[in-house]
Amino acid sequence: MAKRIDVKDLDIYYGSFRAVEGVTMSIEPRSITALIGPSGCGKSTFLRSLNRMHEVIPGARVSGSVLLDGQDLYGAGIDPVSVRRHVGMVFQRPNPFPTMSIYENVVAGMRLNGGRGVRKAEMDGIVEGALQGANLWNEVKDRLDRPGSSLSGGQQQRLCIARAIAVKPDVLLMDEPCSALDPISTLAIEDLMDQLKKDYTIVIVTHNMQQAARVSDRTGFFNIAGTGKPGKLIEMDETSTMFSTPSVQATEDYISGRFG
Amino acid sequence: MTTTTTPTALTSSEVGLNQGRLPRWSTPATIVAVVVLGALATLVLDAPVPLVVGLGVLALLVTLPALAWVVEGRRRANDRMWTVLVTLAFALALLPLLSLVITVTQNGLARFDWDFLTTDMRGVLGEGGGALHAIVGTLIITGLATVISVPIGIMTAVYLVEYGRGRLARAITLLVDVMTGIPSIVAGLFAFALFAIFFGPSVRFGIGGAVALSVLMIPVVVRSVEEMLKLVPNELREASYALGVSQWRTIVRVVLPTAAAGIATGVTLAIARVIGETAPLLIITGSTNILNTDPTDGRMSSLPIFTYYSYTIPGVPPEFGVERAWAAALTLFLIVMLLNLVARVVSRIFGSPTSR
Ligand SMILES: Nc1ncnc2c1ncn2[C@@H]1O[C@H](COP(=O)(O)OP(=O)(O)O)[C@@H](O)[C@H]1O
Ligand SMILES: [Mg+2]
Repeated sequence: MAKRIDVKDLDIYYGSFRAVEGVTMSIEPRSITALIGPSGCGKSTFLRSLNRMHEVIPGARVSGSVLLDGQDLYGAGIDPVSVRRHVGMVFQRPNPFPTMSIYENVVAGMRLNGGRGVRKAEMDGIVEGALQGANLWNEVKDRLDRPGSSLSGGQQQRLCIARAIAVKPDVLLMDEPCSALDPISTLAIEDLMDQLKKDYTIVIVTHNMQQAARVSDRTGFFNIAGTGKPGKLIEMDETSTMFSTPSVQATEDYISGRFG
Repeated sequence: MTTTTTPTALTSSEVGLNQGRLPRWSTPATIVAVVVLGALATLVLDAPVPLVVGLGVLALLVTLPALAWVVEGRRRANDRMWTVLVTLAFALALLPLLSLVITVTQNGLARFDWDFLTTDMRGVLGEGGGALHAIVGTLIITGLATVISVPIGIMTAVYLVEYGRGRLARAITLLVDVMTGIPSIVAGLFAFALFAIFFGPSVRFGIGGAVALSVLMIPVVVRSVEEMLKLVPNELREASYALGVSQWRTIVRVVLPTAAAGIATGVTLAIARVIGETAPLLIITGSTNILNTDPTDGRMSSLPIFTYYSYTIPGVPPEFGVERAWAAALTLFLIVMLLNLVARVVSRIFGSPTSR
C-alpha cells in the first residue's frame, strides 16, 4: 500500500502533438499532491499517464519513465492492465456503471476481473469496508441493491471512490473530482481525501486554488507557453511555500489570479 | 396548445403581455364542425368521398391557423399550422397500419382455430387443413437464421466500434452497407448457388433458407448493434479500464450489458424484417404440404410461402384456400407481435441492475 512515484523526463504525445514535455517530479507516499494550472496545460494528460490510461486513446504515447517504488511502469514486459490495478483513478464526472446496483458497483473491480471464487461473506465485508472508507456506508446501507445511478451526484462520486479503493490500489489519482459537485459534496470529498491519505498516495488535479491549499501537502504548477505548445511543470514545492512564496513569477501570477 | 393560466395579480390588459387566447374547446369544435359539414356534403349533396376528405383537410389547415391569427397573433398561428400538419402526417402514417391490422384480423379469424394451428395439409383439398407445417417451418428457419446472424452481427459490430481502425474497418463498413441493399431474391439465389455446388441443382432444405435469411439479417443486426454500442458513454469504458479490467472483459461485462436493451430491440427488428421473406425461401427451401421438422433434409414450408400458395392456388372450391391464406397472415402477424413483446421484457430485464 501507498507507494511513492518518481517521474523522470516524461514527454507525453497525442499522435505527433507533444502535449506535455519534460516532467520530472517525485510524489510522496501517504500524502496528497495537488496539480494546478490553466486549462489545456496537460494536467489530465499527465495524470492519465501515471496509470497508463493515456494510451487508451488511439495514437497516444509517452517517453520517459514513471517509477512506482522503483519499478518502471513503462518498462518492457509491464502489462498496462495490471498497472491500473495498482494505480486507481477517479474521474471528473461520476461514472457508476448504470447496469449495476450500488453493491455491484463497489465490487465491480473484482467481479469484472473474474473474481468469482470470492465468498459472499468476504464480498460483503469488502463492500462495507470500501463504502465506509468512502464515507457513504451510512447513506446507502439500506439500499445496496438500488441502481448506482439512483444516488445524488456527490454520492455517486463517493461511490466511484469506493469502487476505486475496493481493489486496494497503492495510488489514487483524481482528476477534478469535485468540479461537477455542489459545495457540500465537495467538502465531504475533501474530508474523505484527508482520511484516505493515511493509506494511499493521492494525486489530485484541481481548478480550485482554495481546494489545493486546503487539502494538499505538496503542489505542482503546470503551465503552457501558448496554444499548440507543450505544457510543462513550472515548479513544485510544499503547498504552504507555493501559496506564500513561490520561486517563479508565473506561479505567483497564477495563484494570485492574474491569469488562467 | 392553448393554456388557460392567467396571472393572478395583474390582469392581461394591465401588462399587455397576454394577447387573447382561443378557448380550449376551439380546436375540437373546429374539427367537429368540419367533420359534420363533410358528412352533410357526402349524404345530402352526394359528393365523392375522396374529394370531401381532401377539402376537409384543407379546411382544417386554413381555419385553425386563421382563427389563431385573428385572436392570438402571428406566432401562434404559425404554431397552429405546424401542429395541424404534423398531426395530419401522423394520421396518414397510421392509417395504412390500422387498416392492415383490421383487415388481417377480420379475414383471418374465420379459420384461426385450433385445427389450423395443429394440423398440416396432408391430403387436404378443400375444407379443413392447417398451417402447422408452415408455422414450424417458419420458426425453425427464422430461429436458425437468428442463431447464425446474431453472433456474427454482434461480433462484427463490436469489432467495428471497439477495435476497428483504418482500411479493414472501412472495407467492412462498406460491405455491410452494400449487403443492406441486397434484394432478397438475390440472397435466395446466393444460398441456392452455394448449396447447389455441394448437393446438386435439386437441393431444397431448411438450413439453406436460414443461410439466405442470414444474408439479409446480418447487416441489419450489425447496423443496429453498432449504433447501440456507440451510445455507450466512453466514460464507462474508462471507468472499467481504470479498475484494471482488460478491454475484452470490459466489452463483455460492461459495454454489451449497458447496450443490451437496445441490442434486444435491434435483433427483434431484424427478425421481424426477415420472418416475412418469401422470395428467397421459394428458391432454396421450396414448399410442401406436410410437416417437416428436419432442417437438414428436404423441402420445408413457411408461413409466407403457405400464404402465397394458399392464395394463388386455393384449390376447389377456392374460398377455403383464401381463408387459410388470411389465417396464415394473421399467425405471422401475431408471431411478430409476440416477438416485440418478448424483446420489451428482455430489455426490461437487462436494462436495470439485477438485485443480488
Ligand atoms: N484525446 C485527445 N486527443 C488529442 N489531443 C488531446 C486529447 N486530450 C487532450 N488533448 C490536448 O492535450 C492538451 C492538454 O489537455 P489536458 O490534459 O486535457 O489539459 P488540462 O487537463 O490541463 O485542462 C490540450 O492541448 C488538449 O487539446
Ligand atoms: Mg483536465
